[in-house]
Amino acid sequence: MRATVRTREKPGPLDYLSRWPLRLWVAATTVFLYSPLITLMVFSFNNSRRNIVWRGFTLDYYAMVLSDEGLIQAFVNSLTIALVSTALSVVLGAATALLLWRFRFPFKPALEGALSLPIVVPEICMGVALLVFFTKVVPWPTNLIWPFNLGAIIIAHISFSFSFVASVVRARLASFNREQGEAARDLGASEWRTLVDIIIPHMKPGLFAGALLAFTLSLDDFVITFFTSGPDTTTFPVKVYSMIRFSVTPEVNAASTILIVITVALTAIALRMQGPDAAEAAHK
Amino acid sequence: MSQTPKRTDAMPRRPIITFENVTKRYGKVVAVDNVSLTIDEGEFFALLGPSGCGKTTLLRMVAGFETPDEGRILIDGKDVTAIAPNRRPVNMVFQSYAVFPHMTVADNVAYGLKVAGTPEAERRTRVAEALALVKLDGYGERKPDQLSGGQRQRVALARALVKRPRVLLLDEPLSALDAKLREQMRFELTQLQQTIGVTFLIVTHDQDEALAMADRCAVMNRGALQQAGAPSDLYEFPNSRFVADFIGQVNMFEGRLTVDEPDHAQITAGELDAPVFLDHGVTGAHGATVWVAVRPEKIELSSRELDQPRPSMEDAPPGANVFPGVIRHIVYLGSESAYEVQLASGRTVKALRTNLTRWDQEDFSEGQPVWLAWHACSPAILFS
Repeated sequence: MRATVRTREKPGPLDYLSRWPLRLWVAATTVFLYSPLITLMVFSFNNSRRNIVWRGFTLDYYAMVLSDEGLIQAFVNSLTIALVSTALSVVLGAATALLLWRFRFPFKPALEGALSLPIVVPEICMGVALLVFFTKVVPWPTNLIWPFNLGAIIIAHISFSFSFVASVVRARLASFNREQGEAARDLGASEWRTLVDIIIPHMKPGLFAGALLAFTLSLDDFVITFFTSGPDTTTFPVKVYSMIRFSVTPEVNAASTILIVITVALTAIALRMQGPDAAEAAHK
Repeated sequence: MSQTPKRTDAMPRRPIITFENVTKRYGKVVAVDNVSLTIDEGEFFALLGPSGCGKTTLLRMVAGFETPDEGRILIDGKDVTAIAPNRRPVNMVFQSYAVFPHMTVADNVAYGLKVAGTPEAERRTRVAEALALVKLDGYGERKPDQLSGGQRQRVALARALVKRPRVLLLDEPLSALDAKLREQMRFELTQLQQTIGVTFLIVTHDQDEALAMADRCAVMNRGALQQAGAPSDLYEFPNSRFVADFIGQVNMFEGRLTVDEPDHAQITAGELDAPVFLDHGVTGAHGATVWVAVRPEKIELSSRELDQPRPSMEDAPPGANVFPGVIRHIVYLGSESAYEVQLASGRTVKALRTNLTRWDQEDFSEGQPVWLAWHACSPAILFS
């Protein structure tokens, strides 16, 4: 207990938060971070087509969004792409991370380096590359029925988000005590059983954090999707972009607000399901 | 728990682990160098040596986490060299304990049984038994992060013992505990081993630990087995300078063998101004270089008057085994005192003296001239 007692003269790092200049700093940061978002949400209720000055409260634009079939379709597309690509990226990313952690093989450093390429390569290059790939190398048929027509976009999203998952899971695995794996083997577990019973439970916070990353990256990706989507496979960000080319109506605000609420809710649920461990891991 | 009775001298020795010319290399480094060793059933056996001497590699080869490059390992007469760790009749307590953090204490202990497909009812009774054995009854529902280091170690012990192994392997089990708990666990491990009669094979770098707990120890250095034997054998009859120096404290004098008869021998050492007499032969070549190793507690101190003739030891010819010196430093340790005595040759010798009475330590003071003496049977003569 004595160790936690702090003397008045020497404030710890957190004590600075109780001083007014720092509080002001925190307040300013919060305002600059969140005021654009709050403005967006507030103006989604604005009863004005031009949406420049406040003309009174209305829910009309939410009704318009919900009856706009094109927008709904784009929204459903986005969620489907996000869910499918997240699931596949987590499996692929976790497997890659396990491979890099568990085994030694030739060109391992090369593979580890290549893994971070999708993270560092500019998105526009990835987009152009994928466009060329899907038109010249593996032409993706355009007349498939839903949801198979989203295949090209899903593959494109997996190609960048799985490396994020792999990095997060790899970092998590670095903290695994190998003696735990050996202990399981010593107690009679096969390699497979050890993976399922001991290693995967350890990976879990990393898997959740990776899944969250993959999901949000996929949901709001514009550049790569723009290059890989066809006329009948619009996603939400691409649709919003095409809407604001005509005019920024409260309808765009309303649609965006719905998207923000859904993402925040999903993130909260995911973190809640994992307890404090995941919330911590997600910030690592 | 299986009730194998504790091995006594009357019972025939039955080997449980046999190392046959085992060698392990990592690249060019030889971690284990041609080790042959037999461990008997029911023994508390310690592998002792400085860090990097290969003792942990040897233990991990018994568990199956390392495979020997040469030689083979038998457990209970069966060659296990090529058998996977999960199919060996041994269990291990890891240095980090390696308790599974996402399972309760009871689930940790039950894990090995669950993997083996033991029915739930039997599993429950055996887990309860094992937890009682390590004095953790009532802790079953706790998570490992709610336990102290000592308790986590008990979980690791119970988890291994519940499998009823033929041999329990312990990798530096006491190194992560604080001094007081270590002392207590030493005693408890010995007790536990005597209760259940399972062979314990423990790895440690702490010679006190090995001497206090083990029935027999093997001292290793640079991958090679130096000497194996009962703690008293290692301490009183070391076979090399390394063992003499590694186990306990020792004064070592390099000398030359001048007399070697069946019933006595004599050695002249440059640092000693009188010959060393022994009441037994040492069977070495005449004139061979040998080392005289004398433990500090086997050196007797008596006060010396200036110009006093050299006194004699009753079991040695006049002049032998008695040397003049001056006390340079005294360390009072309560039960005993340690004296650093400088000889005429400049060499310092360490002597230990039990404080038999409350005034004992007042007999000597720093700077005082003394006689150092030892009996003809006290020094160990080493050839390497």
